[in-house]
Amino acid sequence: MVLLLALISGPGGSSTALSYGFRHSILRPRVIPFVVVGVVAWALVELGRTQRQTVRSAVMGRLEGVRRRTGGVIPRNRLTRSALPIAALVVAVAIPPFLNGYWQTVLVQEMGIFTLLALGLNVVVGFAGLLDLGYIAFFAVGSYTTAYFTGRLPVLPPFTLNPFWILPIAILAALIAGVVLGAPTLRLRGDYLAIVTLGFGEIVFSFARNKTDVTNGDSGAFNIPHFSIHTAGIHYTWGGKQLPYYWVLLVFVVLIMFLFRRLENSRVGRAWTAIREDEVAAAATGVPTVRYKLLAFAIGASTSGFAGVLYAANVGFITDTNFVLQQSILVLVLVIFGGMGSMWGVLVGAAFLEWLPEKLRGSVPPSDRFIYFGLLIILVMIFRPQGMIPSRRRALEIRQAEAGIGEADALGLPKEVQ
Amino acid sequence: MTAPAAPAERPGLDDAVIRVDDVTLRFGGVTSLSEVSLVAPRGEVMAVIGPNGAGKTSLFNCLTGVYVPQEGTISLVRPDGSTARLNGRKPYSVTRLGVGRTFQNIRLFNALTAVENVKVGADARGKAGPVSVMLGLPRMRREEHAATEKALELLSFVGLSGRHDALASALSYGEQRRLEIARALATGPQVLLLDEPAAGTNPAEKNDLARLITRINAELGTSVLLIEHDMKLVMSVASYVVVLNFGRVIAAGAPEQIQRDPAVIEAYLGTTQDDEGAHGDAADD
Repeated sequence: MVLLLALISGPGGSSTALSYGFRHSILRPRVIPFVVVGVVAWALVELGRTQRQTVRSAVMGRLEGVRRRTGGVIPRNRLTRSALPIAALVVAVAIPPFLNGYWQTVLVQEMGIFTLLALGLNVVVGFAGLLDLGYIAFFAVGSYTTAYFTGRLPVLPPFTLNPFWILPIAILAALIAGVVLGAPTLRLRGDYLAIVTLGFGEIVFSFARNKTDVTNGDSGAFNIPHFSIHTAGIHYTWGGKQLPYYWVLLVFVVLIMFLFRRLENSRVGRAWTAIREDEVAAAATGVPTVRYKLLAFAIGASTSGFAGVLYAANVGFITDTNFVLQQSILVLVLVIFGGMGSMWGVLVGAAFLEWLPEKLRGSVPPSDRFIYFGLLIILVMIFRPQGMIPSRRRALEIRQAEAGIGEADALGLPKEVQ
Repeated sequence: MTAPAAPAERPGLDDAVIRVDDVTLRFGGVTSLSEVSLVAPRGEVMAVIGPNGAGKTSLFNCLTGVYVPQEGTISLVRPDGSTARLNGRKPYSVTRLGVGRTFQNIRLFNALTAVENVKVGADARGKAGPVSVMLGLPRMRREEHAATEKALELLSFVGLSGRHDALASALSYGEQRRLEIARALATGPQVLLLDEPAAGTNPAEKNDLARLITRINAELGTSVLLIEHDMKLVMSVASYVVVLNFGRVIAAGAPEQIQRDPAVIEAYLGTTQDDEGAHGDAADD
């Protein structure tokens, strides 16, 4: 009894304020958002369990009608196919200059960088169906390469460079890291690969944290210079402003989407889909599976390394905590939320999910922000497991996996050779 | 439909397309194939028959590099007479050398359309790498175009001409069987391995399939190796039959010979052996 009272009143309680602890530790701070969010989440999960099929078929039925009339959610005729991206590009060019400094920072450091990361991981997870839980390690390779070649680490480079010229070096370094990790491990499938990549991510993180004479440990590297060009008569420094970085990001996101789109619609994309769907059949159809998986890994890793340079140069300060496991998982969430395998989905999903916590910053207590974030992700996974803007192929695979056809579930688990 | 002239005796090296010499495959203590030797004749349809568990699919998996036998050699004989060893190679490399296959339970890429499925096979003959793809080099465009042409041609060859834009999963069972054959043919095989292509098909589809196999053999000049339980189908298309039982070759010869072979009759009716191999398939005959 005394114990129970002590538990209720807590360390701040006394005989005259028995419920002090209860009021102050549970009730007071955020009980309303917690309970409301909890109840809504529970209700929706329950609803989802029983009504999922009905709700979804009703929604899908209506969507199907729209699709039939318009020829697809994103209609597939020539005009709209180029009109939508152009409209998106116009918005992406026109809006940012009018944002205030805070939102420009969010746009570059959160939305832009993570969109780039998500686009890279999408090649690995979405196109090739390989679950990579250590993806942020390649981001770390890019960032630390930048810190090294700008002379901001305890080990000094033979020559120092501006981060702008480090871009190709870092991309190459991340690519090599991807191949070095991938070559021995990509013979593994499904869960096993996920665990190996998880381990790799942890090794890179531990190295960054503990090898202080190389990485400076948790003090990190700071004063990394901004991008600047002093070549061939051009003198330009990106400086402390975000907008110039935004333009660089925009150019590269557009370029990357263009190049990845070509890959997706080519023999390479077909081979990735084949591997994802049925690795044994893919090999029997002449697809060198390990080579193509390695290619996806290398492309993903180099995109991540590229983002690492941009991040290091823009923020000017990196530390081991930028590269924790949670970051890898966050990027994976961005990809799954947007729609695995769908570049527009990943773009929109990453931008939205990175924007949301910042938007919530003003309106809810800081520690609650990720409750809403989590709730949103749970809801999307229940009602729209294929993501916000799914790729046609992926949406179909998920529907088939739910119906028990085929073997390509969300993460392509292996099937025995019969 | 007339069966091609049947060579009564085992074909010699000169007209072989695949040679299997003393292949033994074990899984732990279980011997799946035991000193199997056979020769698949070039330009003919050969059937591999045998009760369930006899090792037919294991043999196919050895031929295509999925399993690596502990002993023996498997070689592909090229038209010019040179040979290439198949065991020890990765499955994709075996396919690229000229051995195409289908699976007992259909294994298509369900989220791809029919023509895309076949193009995956045709891509095995392409050379464009990721860089030329990203840069959109003309060579890549030519290859892409050629792959599409070839895929459409093969789809119409197997009788799926109107269905090229349908998703593989949307096709009927019989159509999926034929799509799988088209995909295997697109890899440009010298020999096509069909693992129970008639399983689960109705009599009309079986007749179509028999015609298709004969056409593959006659019109494309592709040798065919066939695992099949349906004896009517085997007798109508195969010019040569090998019988496996308990991982051993127990008979080989022309279909009529095989039908009269006492060892084969015994294996199928299970007069002395009452283990798993004996039941199951007698009904299919």
